Amino acid sequence: MNKLKDFNIAKLGPLLGLLLIAIVLGMMSDSFFTLNNILNLLRQVSVNALIAFGMTFVILTAGIDLSVGSTLALGSALTAGLLAGGMDPFLAICIGLLIGLMLGALNGLIIAKGKVAPFIATLATMTIFRGATLVYTDGKPITGLSDSFAFEMIGKGYVFGIPFPAIIMLIVFFSLFFVLRSTVFGRKVYAIGGNEEAAKLSGIKAERVKIGVYSLTGMLAVLAGIIITSRLDSAQPTAGTMYELDAIAAVVIGGTSLSGGKGRIFGTLIGALIIGVIDNGLNLLNVSSFYQQIVKGLVILLAVLLDRKSK
Amino acid sequence: MSSEPFVSMKNISKTFSGNKVLQNVNFSINRGEIHALMGENGAGKSTLIKILTGIYSKDQGDIFLKGKKITFMNPKQAEEHGISVIHQELNIIPHLTVAENMFLGKEMTYGKCGILNKREMKKRAIEALSKLGVYDIQPDNNAGDLSIGKQQMVEIAKALTTNTELIIMDEPTAALTDHEIENFFRVIKKLKADGVSIIYISHRMEEIFEICERITVLRDGQYIGTKVTHETSFAEIVKMMVGREIGERYPTRNHHVKETIFKVENLSLAKYFCDISFSVKKGEILGVAGLMGAGRSELMEAIFGFRKLDKGTVELNGKQLVIKHPSDAVKEGIGFITEDRKSKGLVIDASIKENIALTNLKTLSKYGAINKRNERKQAKQLMKKLRVRATNEEQIVKSLSGGNQQKIVIAKWLAINPQVLILDEPTRGVDIGAKKEIYTIMNELSKEGVAIIVISSELPEVLGVSDRIMVMHEGKITAFIDREQANQETIMTAATGGRSDE
Repeated sequence: MNKLKDFNIAKLGPLLGLLLIAIVLGMMSDSFFTLNNILNLLRQVSVNALIAFGMTFVILTAGIDLSVGSTLALGSALTAGLLAGGMDPFLAICIGLLIGLMLGALNGLIIAKGKVAPFIATLATMTIFRGATLVYTDGKPITGLSDSFAFEMIGKGYVFGIPFPAIIMLIVFFSLFFVLRSTVFGRKVYAIGGNEEAAKLSGIKAERVKIGVYSLTGMLAVLAGIIITSRLDSAQPTAGTMYELDAIAAVVIGGTSLSGGKGRIFGTLIGALIIGVIDNGLNLLNVSSFYQQIVKGLVILLAVLLDRKSK
Repeated sequence: MSSEPFVSMKNISKTFSGNKVLQNVNFSINRGEIHALMGENGAGKSTLIKILTGIYSKDQGDIFLKGKKITFMNPKQAEEHGISVIHQELNIIPHLTVAENMFLGKEMTYGKCGILNKREMKKRAIEALSKLGVYDIQPDNNAGDLSIGKQQMVEIAKALTTNTELIIMDEPTAALTDHEIENFFRVIKKLKADGVSIIYISHRMEEIFEICERITVLRDGQYIGTKVTHETSFAEIVKMMVGREIGERYPTRNHHVKETIFKVENLSLAKYFCDISFSVKKGEILGVAGLMGAGRSELMEAIFGFRKLDKGTVELNGKQLVIKHPSDAVKEGIGFITEDRKSKGLVIDASIKENIALTNLKTLSKYGAINKRNERKQAKQLMKKLRVRATNEEQIVKSLSGGNQQKIVIAKWLAINPQVLILDEPTRGVDIGAKKEIYTIMNELSKEGVAIIVISSELPEVLGVSDRIMVMHEGKITAFIDREQANQETIMTAATGGRSDE
């Protein structure tokens, strides 16, 4: 019984943290708890959350993906190129997502078949993908994209007053929540992170599952990139720089263990919200962005230390 | 030499969060005595040792060292008073040399500025090793390159560098080959002759009766008694440990084996085994004996698709199988209970039900979604069938006892309704009551028609459970022996390379 209680507290820790931070910021700034700001916040959070959802899968298998920021940039640049060339936006976006999937699969192949440590493999592809983006864009933003309603909608639209990126984020969240909780694929992800040898010896094809999680992450990174592209009406060659760090931070704050096998995607959603709330709140309070970084770092440390304590 | 005990512990009690783990336990050991400490897992042996060495504090009772009352605050203090512990999992750092390992944390230096006196340490290392009569280990050897048996010698020698008078050994022979065990016994007899006392913790009855003078038994944290070895018997000790008669150690096998269903031919894998052919019948238990390094585990891993065979064929029900990955073997109804359940058998932080489901996620799911009700039902059924002692199917596997963990591994494989079940050292680290249960499960499965292959390094076990015994030596089969003709001598002859074909 005791154990059950501890478990729940560990589960609720990040959520309590989020509420606490929100309440403090709400007391300090009148504009924090306005509907407008909350909706704005959700839109801001969606990009990091989408990347972090993928990262959760990767980290659950005891891996890491440093290349998400570069994947985001390359995928959105290529998508923007197709759009600028006059391709149907729907088709261009599908191709873009497929490119993300393939870039991720490449990471997965190097890691699963080439047996390269995930940190090294994705460190290498991080530079490669960024370089490829710079080559493709010649270092300049791609502009003059589609002005179709559908494409504009992705980054700027609202449905019933809710920002469209936030809706995408929630749909992806619920789908992946189900995948992790109730599907064979999700179970295999946990098993591999928990004990890869035992999983293999139980007849699980660990390589395939790994390629799967990196592919998923690549695709979600490009999805996040398309949201940014739509919002800015252009693809920036430097887009997504350092995004991997915020994504990893969200996963870790959410209580997922870097050694794999333990964690929840709900935690990651909360983690991404915590990071978003801090950014947003400190902006409202006109705190310099220099200090914001310090605060963010401290929150990450605090989250991990508290997580340790509860175990 | 005085007649008072070297160490004696009187009326030791300890409570952990309301659980009485030790109640009025007595234990004493004389100089130069080898004293066995026995009891099932959870009986309180390790707690008692941890209290003696200062890792835990006692709630009640007294400890006397050479007649003087003493309490160690930490293991370092105990070590300073001549008490050291050799754990089952050896504390060897593989990338350091033998000498570096032996002086880890108490390096000898020139003066106080931390410059290592390597020459002196090497000299002392050699001294300590030769005190054990061990001359084939060099202080410059990389410790990780040594066999487990030699690593253990390094650990013992390490204890000797601190002038130890009492060594506590936890399951010291669990990972040793028969040959290494012989050598190990020679070494500890020598230590004994030099006046060193040894507390010997082990589940292996035969060994304890061979080398220990007295046996102290604990059960459920209670002191049951101390017996002089040559005045007692296996049966009496077992009864003291489990609190009841468990009857015969091995279940009687009284059913008939049927036709051959599993057959392998000319299996070879360079460096491990060569030209292996054997077959197993429906309902038969084939024991596989051999020394460590004979290639038995590698052979089974290769059959199961975890290693790639150089050549050879595997047949089930007359059909030739292509097994490239364990998943292929699982599909064909072959189960494999690995030797090392923690590192290869279980996802230790996951629940019972999730571990059991690992082998048959496909049959438990529809369109990729797991049917949780079936998953739970399956876990419940198998837990009942195997008499797993746990709160429920949601319990995390890590918190189970060794025997129950092993039952979960077995359950996981029963979930695929195997036709062939391979068990690699299924009772290692499992207490005697659970051992009997595992034998009974094997017996029942074979009765249901499963063909069973069981690797075991414990000769009495192979003899007790098998219908037929296959003996391997250095990657080759040296004998097949029927149950009736088999005894320890015939097996050992074949296992050490002497051929004794039928």
